[in-house]
Amino acid sequence: MPLPLLLSLSMILLAIGLYAILASRRASCSRQIYGISLVICVILLGMALTHLLNAAAPVTLTLPLGLPWLGAHFRLDALSAFFLIVVNLGGAVASLFALGYGQHEPAPGRVLPFYPAFLADMNLVLLADDAFTFLFAWEFMSLSSWALVMAHHREPANARAGYLYLVMACLGTLALLLAFGLLAGANGGYDFATIRTVEMTPGLAALALILALIGTGSKAGLVPLHVWLPLAHPAAPSHVSALMSGVMTKVAVYGFIRIVFDLLGEPVAWWWGGLVLALGGITAVLGVLYALMQHDLKRLLAYHTVENIGIIFIGLGLALAFQSNQMYASAALALTAALFHVLNHSLFKSLLFMGTGAVLTATGERDMERLGGLIHPMPWTALAFLIGAAAISALPPLNGFVSEWLTFQAILLTPELPQWLLKFLAPAAGALLALSAALAAACFVKAFGITFLGRPRSPAAAKAQETDRYSLAALFSLAALCLLAGILPGLVVDGLSPAVGLLNGGAQLPAQQSQPWLTLVPVADVKSSYNGLLVLLFMALSGIFAAVSIHRFASNSVRRSPAWDCGFPNASPAAQYTAGSFAQPIRRVFGSVVFQAREHVTMPPPGDGRAAQFAVQLRDPVWDCGYAPLTAAIIKISTKLNYLQYLTIRQYLSLVFGALVLLLLGIALWR
Amino acid sequence: MALITGYLVQGGQMLLILLLAPLITGWVRTLKAQLLCRRGPSLLQPYRDLRKLLRKDVVLAGSASWLFRVAPYLIFAAIWVAAALVPTFASGLPFSWTADLIAIVALLGTARFFLALAGLDTGTSFGGIGASREMMIASLAEPAMLMMVFTLSLLAGTTELSAVAQFMLTADVGLRVSLALALLALVMVAIAENARIPVDNPATHLELTMVHEAMVLEYSGRHLALIELAASLKLLLYLSLLSCIFVPWGMTTAGEDLTAYLTGIAAYLAKLGLGGFLLALFETGIAKMRVFRVDQFLGAALMLGLLGALLLFVSRSL
Repeated sequence: MPLPLLLSLSMILLAIGLYAILASRRASCSRQIYGISLVICVILLGMALTHLLNAAAPVTLTLPLGLPWLGAHFRLDALSAFFLIVVNLGGAVASLFALGYGQHEPAPGRVLPFYPAFLADMNLVLLADDAFTFLFAWEFMSLSSWALVMAHHREPANARAGYLYLVMACLGTLALLLAFGLLAGANGGYDFATIRTVEMTPGLAALALILALIGTGSKAGLVPLHVWLPLAHPAAPSHVSALMSGVMTKVAVYGFIRIVFDLLGEPVAWWWGGLVLALGGITAVLGVLYALMQHDLKRLLAYHTVENIGIIFIGLGLALAFQSNQMYASAALALTAALFHVLNHSLFKSLLFMGTGAVLTATGERDMERLGGLIHPMPWTALAFLIGAAAISALPPLNGFVSEWLTFQAILLTPELPQWLLKFLAPAAGALLALSAALAAACFVKAFGITFLGRPRSPAAAKAQETDRYSLAALFSLAALCLLAGILPGLVVDGLSPAVGLLNGGAQLPAQQSQPWLTLVPVADVKSSYNGLLVLLFMALSGIFAAVSIHRFASNSVRRSPAWDCGFPNASPAAQYTAGSFAQPIRRVFGSVVFQAREHVTMPPPGDGRAAQFAVQLRDPVWDCGYAPLTAAIIKISTKLNYLQYLTIRQYLSLVFGALVLLLLGIALWR
Repeated sequence: MALITGYLVQGGQMLLILLLAPLITGWVRTLKAQLLCRRGPSLLQPYRDLRKLLRKDVVLAGSASWLFRVAPYLIFAAIWVAAALVPTFASGLPFSWTADLIAIVALLGTARFFLALAGLDTGTSFGGIGASREMMIASLAEPAMLMMVFTLSLLAGTTELSAVAQFMLTADVGLRVSLALALLALVMVAIAENARIPVDNPATHLELTMVHEAMVLEYSGRHLALIELAASLKLLLYLSLLSCIFVPWGMTTAGEDLTAYLTGIAAYLAKLGLGGFLLALFETGIAKMRVFRVDQFLGAALMLGLLGALLLFVSRSL
């Protein structure tokens, strides 16, 4: 019974999108739309949770829609239930946030109709059970999010971002279309149940894997297909950015998992895992290095999404590698780590984007070089953002640490793999993961420290005010979930088990609920264990012990005075460290290799009154080596072929005739 | 009964390291002074410093926020918990399974995260320079440390520090290339993480090359006392870590009788004394390096750690 209800709720979301087109001029419309979206997302969330926690059997439904000979197939199983939780949790909190934040929207008519439609489309992608419905919902998801990216289309940067997004989305869908074509085989059975039964040759299966990687990777932001993401995600209004970065990228991960782990069946060759693992490792490190070089807060967060997608794909690559060697117990650990990180990233990335939205409302700025000191006027936003920043930096006892810890534990099982290349790739991926975790901490010290700490760097930052209650409620519900998932990871792992079992031939991690003190023991208690609850408890006890004994037995007094700063107090706020100067050591160490970072200093001679100039030049290796030559080649070829537009009728006819002969020859030779 | 004794020993270890931490700092300082033919302060000087700092007022910068006042407690708590999870005189204590070696590394990361934020909080240029350099150093030191963890856990088959120590103690480990590489990597990381020469200088102020001292420049009174104590605890943590992994001899296991515990404590103290002596010797014999040479130093540590792990992926007997 849940499936018709899920579908009709998604339809209601689409319908209120239509209503918003008519009503968006009314002032009350924004509250209505977000309020209804919130209620529907909460109901969907509750249904998905019930399905997953009861480990209910998959339910299917066929409706006479779509292609006449196919119909529209829908299915709710453990995997889609888990991703429905991620989507609707993100959707519910984003709607709650938007109840307050949406009031400041200058062009509500460009946001309100597409927002519920975007939510509905993401739900439909997860429920689709045939290729046509999947691609249809996928394209609608791309288009509605594109419309949201273009909400503020008068800014030239946004228009460029929207264009690039559209091109990359088309490329991705094209790849998915071809992938489904291969999966369906010669008989063309496009519902997923038929696709699962198709036997594929290894070559075709590998081609389908690569096409699926391109199709879903371009949406998720896998390097080198990530170029649109840091431009498009920040362009949308902040609650939509939260949805795109925190949730839509997860729908793309779902697409990859559904195609590769479910539809393709058992991985045929061991190198599949190696390929995904290597891509994930490179994506993780490049993503965080890009993020460190940014001073636009939203763009920094968007690049950080790229890093986290890399971490998820490291887990998925390990799972593929284990599965291809029939090591299902180890694969269960890797899959659990990846899915746990999917949930975690959706929590803290949404939190951070919404925090940025609150900063944007309060100051009108998202350039960190013009912010600072916001912890004083906005203490609650700062606290929530700090929790998100600590969680994404993989600091215990928060949730980001647990999923990275699980990924490390999965890497430690790789010496059992028989293939040499995988044996070398796995520790390298471990080193890349460790590097990206450490760099992420640096990145978020920068993001939080420059934005919220120090002294205001602009009048706008000095005049900021705390954000509204709806936004704070949204921020703190996510912060609480980050903490809860961090201290009770065993419950999350148990919740994930049905989804892991579905993808892994029934093998899943041992149940964690029965462990003493709710400890997380993924393999065996002699190998590794972690207890976030006790870590938090011990930290709280020692902190309180220190505070109480100091305040009881030693000094308790505080005096305020100007900062000491080695005898240079009252320097202007401009003398503080900025985002650029904070990243300078890391730019020198890593950036000079990866981005060919060059610093140019123009110092006028003594006596000259002009200001000295400092400029940093960064090059994007992916753009320089991949996209720029590609664009140049396309332009060159199309210029060369331009004369084809000015032929005579006779020449055109002979071209057509020549093409026909060639095709016939080709068919004759192939048969 | 056994459970209560276990808890008592665990609590005793927590208190022991808290009490020992300033002593080890004093020990290294005195040795360094004597190696330079100075008389040096008394061994107990760090305790006196702490007592004095605790009694003084806190002078808070006008631009400091609540984070600046909370951070010392958080930093102290994180490092104390991390240090309490490293086996000192006995392995297999009741809470040793709470967090494995990866989690201990990450707990140190939590402390560093808040220390760097506190450095940025007052909005002074010294705090910023310290925070940004600390994070640059950590971005290489933490992966190097994790690679060392990989090597150990591949050898011992576990990431639990207590079990690693027991493995090193009982099994026929022998001399291994990978362990030598891991030892080298861990020593290099320990030097960098504890802000010792050649990476940083714990004795200077007012020098542009300083990292740790620049971050804590605005702290005073009880806050500074907590941060100094946390720094001492961190040094003790790394010395305990080195000794419990690479020289575990003399360590007892939980549940033994009192004599075994006392022998364990005596062996632990001897190892700490030796570790402090070696550190002082090394620090006196080497010059501070430029800050942009640190990445090569730590990059080498990362490569050594990775090499050690790779050797074990090739063959378990290396």
